[in-house]
Amino acid sequence: MAFESLPLQLTPLPGAVPAWRGEAAAADLPDVCQAVKDQGGRLAALWGTDEHDRGEGCALHLALAKPEGMLWLRCALPADDLRYPDLSPIFYPAQRMQRAARDLLGIDAEAKDRRPWLRHAAWQEGDYPLRRDAAADNVFEPGGAEYAFVSVSGDGVHEIPVGPVHAGTIEPGHFRFSIVGEKVLRLEEHLGYTHKGVDKRFQGMALAEGAQLAGRVSGDSTVAYAWAYCMAAESIAGIVPPARALLLRALLLERERIANHLGDLGYLGNDGGLAFGLAQFMRLKEDALRLNAKLFGHRYLMDCIVPGGVACDLATAGAAAIGAECDVLEREVRLLKDIYDDHPGLQDRFLTCGRLTASTASKLGVIGLAGRASSQAWDLRAQAQPAPYDALEVRMRTHKNGDVAARAILRFEEIFESLRLVRSILGRIAPGEIRAALPAIPAGRIGLGWVEGWRGETVLALESGADGAIRSCHAHDPSWQNWPALAFAVINNIVPDFPLINKSFNLSYSGCDL
Amino acid sequence: MISWSGLVAQLTEILLAVLLAPVLQGWVNQCRAWMQNKSGPGILQPYRTLRKLFAKEAVLAHNASPLFRATPYVLFACMVLAAAIVPILGTDLPFSPAADAIALVGIFALARVFISLAAMDIGTAFGSLGARREMMVGFLAEPALLMSLFTASLISHSTSLATIVQHLTQAHFVIYPSLAFAGVAFTMVSLAENARIPVDNPSTHLELTMIHEAMVLEYSGRHLALIELSAALKLFVYSCIGIALFFPFGIAEGGDALGLVLALPALVAKLAVGGFAMALIEMLSAKMRIFRAPEYLGTAFLLAVLAMLIHFLLET
Repeated sequence: MAFESLPLQLTPLPGAVPAWRGEAAAADLPDVCQAVKDQGGRLAALWGTDEHDRGEGCALHLALAKPEGMLWLRCALPADDLRYPDLSPIFYPAQRMQRAARDLLGIDAEAKDRRPWLRHAAWQEGDYPLRRDAAADNVFEPGGAEYAFVSVSGDGVHEIPVGPVHAGTIEPGHFRFSIVGEKVLRLEEHLGYTHKGVDKRFQGMALAEGAQLAGRVSGDSTVAYAWAYCMAAESIAGIVPPARALLLRALLLERERIANHLGDLGYLGNDGGLAFGLAQFMRLKEDALRLNAKLFGHRYLMDCIVPGGVACDLATAGAAAIGAECDVLEREVRLLKDIYDDHPGLQDRFLTCGRLTASTASKLGVIGLAGRASSQAWDLRAQAQPAPYDALEVRMRTHKNGDVAARAILRFEEIFESLRLVRSILGRIAPGEIRAALPAIPAGRIGLGWVEGWRGETVLALESGADGAIRSCHAHDPSWQNWPALAFAVINNIVPDFPLINKSFNLSYSGCDL
Repeated sequence: MISWSGLVAQLTEILLAVLLAPVLQGWVNQCRAWMQNKSGPGILQPYRTLRKLFAKEAVLAHNASPLFRATPYVLFACMVLAAAIVPILGTDLPFSPAADAIALVGIFALARVFISLAAMDIGTAFGSLGARREMMVGFLAEPALLMSLFTASLISHSTSLATIVQHLTQAHFVIYPSLAFAGVAFTMVSLAENARIPVDNPSTHLELTMIHEAMVLEYSGRHLALIELSAALKLFVYSCIGIALFFPFGIAEGGDALGLVLALPALVAKLAVGGFAMALIEMLSAKMRIFRAPEYLGTAFLLAVLAMLIHFLLET
């Protein structure tokens, strides 16, 4: 087991991924975190829950990941002292998660940065919308303080504010550039514009229905989120989905990965000024989405994964269509890869642009695709291997350059790997049940979902309440870890290269604004 | 002495330029769409855009100065003037003595100064960003443009565009190697000056990468319509300069009506080929990093200088 050396009482959690649950006192958190970090672990997620209805205060939750498994650490905070030690010196990504938890619940890491993160002007300081006594339809008095961006001073330094409304049809986020001439000295991100209270919305929903909401946290990763939710729910229920359902889930997840990578590669070409690339890749992506709609009933595969299994089966003709599509994609993407690789203008834009070095990436705890492009070897499918990936033998690819070119080439390689996986799944899939029944679930059970989506790992922590309802549920997007990395990757690049660098990361706003 | 026929020819040319310019822009966009396997909006789309914009209300920032309001008109006037002195159909242009090739570059520079000032007028970050980049591209492009025009004027011993074209069409068929070099240089400059790929991307929505589009972000309604029309005219005028200097065959000498009528199909054919070539260049190349623009325009300048040297070495 992965965390046995820690001075904690650990209980293994049943389910598809190796996971343990532990309790720690607030004062011990820095030591535990440091020990996990020293063993090569990292912070996967940090969030809070309100426990006032149980006569306690709040609870802080940490998900700490190692390649072998995940530790879900709970730390009870008494009602009269909702403080805990700042963990960001140990785990850099903790910064924003701590600020978000403070905005929503009032639990305070006593960090140096006192600025709000999710609380813009929608509610006052001192209102905590995630508390149990805050009704979901509560109307708050708007707050109104200006967000204090860090200002850079010096000869000729000036600021460019960009967003939250952009000229393209993209999600809202504010970027504040401090620049000299065309050179970026500092980029500060201000997100949270799509905060919609997902954690609060989960509370009280029927456990069987939560997958629908989870699948809508970040639309481009709906399969990853829905699977993570179902994994957690199945862990609570103590059931294992049928083998056919698991293989179908993996098939859907890989199809989601392929479709998103195709789209990103197109947009990378387009942002480099090569509209031809966009047209070609979007054609391929559109074909894949249409096949999704035809076979599974939804272009982006929403609501295909349900607790206990999958909601859509695959007929023999459908499997043949997917197999044929794999051949077409393999051939056409290889052709397009040659065009991208041999295009001097495009390579000039990609190479060395937006470089995130391996050491910076490691310090920032960058994960997922962006991490793998900067030597951060984290891929759940190849490491903890939740079923059915234990049988599929995923070959993880990493690159060390960490520039736009590395992130582009990694996308090509992951498409080819996913095509191989899809073919392998089609070869393995056997007739059988696609859904196991979900039994009645007692209150107070916990379950963890952990899925490697196309962007990176999605973590979902679920606790059951009375009458088969959700007591609390928190979904974590890999973008939490990777947004800060974007700000580092941009430094010393020129302003007009930012859109390209941003696109090469392609992070979710909705996923971490929650 | 301005003859009546000359005046009619002159006015016809200006009108033709204003009317044909959006079609040329539409044609280039249509070719780009075809090359991406798209059906495209049709070559009349710029007209529809103009109609829409003219019908819309012009919204002005509170702190917009008179300069901001005046710029679209100045811009349009500059481009009409430029269209007036470039031999589009015939060489008998009464307005032509008013400005030669050097003044033509000056007219473009005047337009550039105005639009850059207007871009900075409101005080938004993107406007200043665009203005700054435009000036950088401009001061590198102008010398290269002048040099390639000079090559043509050396051959005909005149800086008047009408005279140059007259000389080139009248002369017996002679191949000028210098003009080949000047033509390449001119093409490179045209792409940069008209905010085309590889220097700028006319179809981008990414504010941070824009040059020309960033400068006009604050404009709306009829102001934006005039700016769009001016941009289309600029592309048209540049194309016509290119045609006049490097492929002048078919342009009517003098102002006889039959010649002018015959020159029109030739012009349309040449513009169609030129627009297609421009779309092809745009489709095959990526947009370069902005700091590659000096290298690109430096290369254009070098080619133009080479053209002049070749003229002195081989053609005198």
